[in-house]
Amino acid sequence: MIGDFFSSIGSLLSIVFSASFIASGVAFSVVMLLGTVGELITERAGHLNLGVEGMMLLGASMGYYTAVRSSNLFLALLFACIGAGFGALLYAILTVTLRVNQNVAGLALSIFGAGLANALGSKVANTTTPDNIAKVFTWKPLSLTSPSGPFLSYINKAFLSHDIYVYLAVLLAIATTVFLFKTRAGLELRLTGENTAAADASGIKVTRIKYLYIILGGMLCGIGGLYLPLVQQGSWTNNMTAGQGWLVVALVIFVRWHPVKAIAGAYVFGSLTILGFSVQLNEKLSSIPIFNQYIMSMFPYLLTIIVLIAFSSRKKAWPGPKEIGRPYFREER
Amino acid sequence: MESIVRNDLHPAFSMRGITKMFGTVLANDSVDFEVLPGEIHALLGENGSGKSTLMNVLSGIYRPDDGQIEVYGELKEFRSPGDAIDSGIGMIHQHYKLAEAMTATENIVAGMKKPPKNSGKKDDVLRTDILRYASRSPAKTQQKIIEFSSRFGIEFDPSIPAGQLSVSQKQSVEIIKVLLRGASILILDEPTAVLTPQEAKKLFSVLRKMAAQGCAIVFISHKLNEIMALCDRVTVLRKGQSIETCTVSEIDAYDLVEKMVGRKINLSINKPDPDPERRVCLDVKGLTYSDSKSVPKLDNLSFTTYYGEILGVAGLAGGGQKELCESIAGIIRPQQGDILVDNERIAGLSPRDITQKGVAMCFIPEDRLGMGLVASMGIEENILLKEYALTKGPLIRMKDATTKAEQIINELEIKTPGLKHPVRMLSGGNIQKVILGREIHLNPKLMIAAYAVRGLDIHSSYTIYNLLNEQKQKNVSVLYIGEDLDVLIDLCDRIMVLCQGKNMGIVDASSTTKEEIGQMMSGTTLEELKRGVSYV
Repeated sequence: MIGDFFSSIGSLLSIVFSASFIASGVAFSVVMLLGTVGELITERAGHLNLGVEGMMLLGASMGYYTAVRSSNLFLALLFACIGAGFGALLYAILTVTLRVNQNVAGLALSIFGAGLANALGSKVANTTTPDNIAKVFTWKPLSLTSPSGPFLSYINKAFLSHDIYVYLAVLLAIATTVFLFKTRAGLELRLTGENTAAADASGIKVTRIKYLYIILGGMLCGIGGLYLPLVQQGSWTNNMTAGQGWLVVALVIFVRWHPVKAIAGAYVFGSLTILGFSVQLNEKLSSIPIFNQYIMSMFPYLLTIIVLIAFSSRKKAWPGPKEIGRPYFREER
Repeated sequence: MESIVRNDLHPAFSMRGITKMFGTVLANDSVDFEVLPGEIHALLGENGSGKSTLMNVLSGIYRPDDGQIEVYGELKEFRSPGDAIDSGIGMIHQHYKLAEAMTATENIVAGMKKPPKNSGKKDDVLRTDILRYASRSPAKTQQKIIEFSSRFGIEFDPSIPAGQLSVSQKQSVEIIKVLLRGASILILDEPTAVLTPQEAKKLFSVLRKMAAQGCAIVFISHKLNEIMALCDRVTVLRKGQSIETCTVSEIDAYDLVEKMVGRKINLSINKPDPDPERRVCLDVKGLTYSDSKSVPKLDNLSFTTYYGEILGVAGLAGGGQKELCESIAGIIRPQQGDILVDNERIAGLSPRDITQKGVAMCFIPEDRLGMGLVASMGIEENILLKEYALTKGPLIRMKDATTKAEQIINELEIKTPGLKHPVRMLSGGNIQKVILGREIHLNPKLMIAAYAVRGLDIHSSYTIYNLLNEQKQKNVSVLYIGEDLDVLIDLCDRIMVLCQGKNMGIVDASSTTKEEIGQMMSGTTLEELKRGVSYV
């Protein structure tokens, strides 16, 4: 019995630390990393946008549709931004200008975005990513041609054999951290999300800031979403984000509104999501009930709850941007 | 030190015919207001007379419906607070606008604009430096801020989160924030409301320094003695209109009150003698309480109250007053200590049981509606809230509540369109009278009145003082928690001073001074004072 237990732990570890599993985890986390950075800057402006799933799908469908019709990668990226940015703009008009409840507006955007995206996506459902674009992503910019020794070849396979999208996403997360904590514009964004009235009284143009970062955040979600049909699957499937947008909302809390931590956080969530599939393929493990893929798909949420509990009981922990969920009206008495 | 005066020929600013409506309420009705460079100008008026509205118009937060604003002789139109800042106007709001989780430095620097290049002004060089270092070296920025603050005699640690600063330090941060944005017109909305007398004195010397350098300062206050001591001129507002501007040295406090209220009123509190028997009503022993974040709020607090007297409680905001009230009322459970009423333990009982033992509480929180009343319900239903528990059977008896509501409205002269009119639509004074009236009608043994006159104007405040004195004459033991030291001294028989949840000592109101209480509020115990030790 105990022997069985250790041997199943052993097989689990051998899966988790295998180079191929890490590689797929990294690839799988790109969508969520970009989405998390996007949602994170939105929340730093004091707005919780629950429409991530909708914006990801809008970006994915608009971008993929453009890619198929034009075979132009830059146009595809541009239209992914326009599609998701449009969704975010609607959300901004509702919550910033009209001061509608943020949760309701976000949920509406989630449903509206998915509907619109599926309608557009089905028009290109039976096509694949144009060859010239697909070729861009077969390029592995960091891959070593002849890694010497087992360690280097392990690293090479796990971390260095990815397409340009992956590395740009990581760079973006680092750049956003520098922006948030080392620039004046980042400081103004943080102050707006912490105390909008204070920011306003300090001469910061808060409405402009909120619109800017809500829309930018939406665009990043869209670019994240585009990775799915354009690179990962190479074709369109309706509702293909399959809940990753919701995982992003949890991830932002999990990484405590910190973009660099989002790199690791997205990897943890990404690999937990695919762990279910990998475990199914292992005979020894698939017979153990807890390693059912449906049960395993809830692990990321379980983890988020644990983090939430850990921080809510900590005495002086920062509870996140204070203005989240609170509409701002300058002339309020 | 270079002068900030831009042009001596013009007033620093002049507002003419300012009109501002909120819905159907006329908050400012064609108000004229003018302040000269280098003067400290008081803006005086009762609650709802439109002082804050007028200053919010000047600082770009409200947009006026009509009227003109000139700054140093130039016509301006402010679309946002940023525009007002660009014209050199800085407002220190009554409720500080600071992000508590961010450091003082971050609060100060965020939103600062780059000054024009090579303007040759010494301050502009400093501003450029602060902005340049802001994103690179927090330590250097902080040092520059300390350097700048010391010029005005202001001290605080810019490296710690704003939420951890004391109220007076937060105020300093706000002042430095507007000064670094180049403000030469400073508006302070009730700046001394939360300060100890010592801190207020320090603030006054800072303000005088700034005025001497040519700043125009608008000082909003209810406290006549402060205006008389600090200001050069005073403008009185009444019901949204500007009534008169006078030179402070040419008038006295009684004239000011008359101008403010519109008629002569008596400003003395008629203090009846306390019951000489000194029978103990409330007995608090060694009360100790820490909140959920383990921050100590009450620290081995012991005292007694007597029937037929008013015991005042003085202390800085957050000194444990709220926790003391909530412990007695049974809302929170102190970790240690005991509370007795008539030698009967009430610690550990439910709030309802405590009410039935004869303890009534009137607690007015900062937002005034948060505790005690349901804002959207009428007076009648709000009275039912306490009443229904005493009736038998599952049905409520509206009739009793209606009679009682009518009685309270008549006795306390509450102005309301009807019994069912939502209380949140009433004015602050009337809301507070409803709470007090309801609690009085429970015929309590012990009446806790916490911040009962918070935000009320002079006239309504005196009505409430009289109500409390009536309770005292009915031999009720009153615990009065207040902010205004003059009132505490005039109204109460004894005053207990709290500092960080500790009892600093109980003084006799007839023989104490504001300075004595002020020193105790900032942490010197009565014994130490008597021995001549002082930390202030």
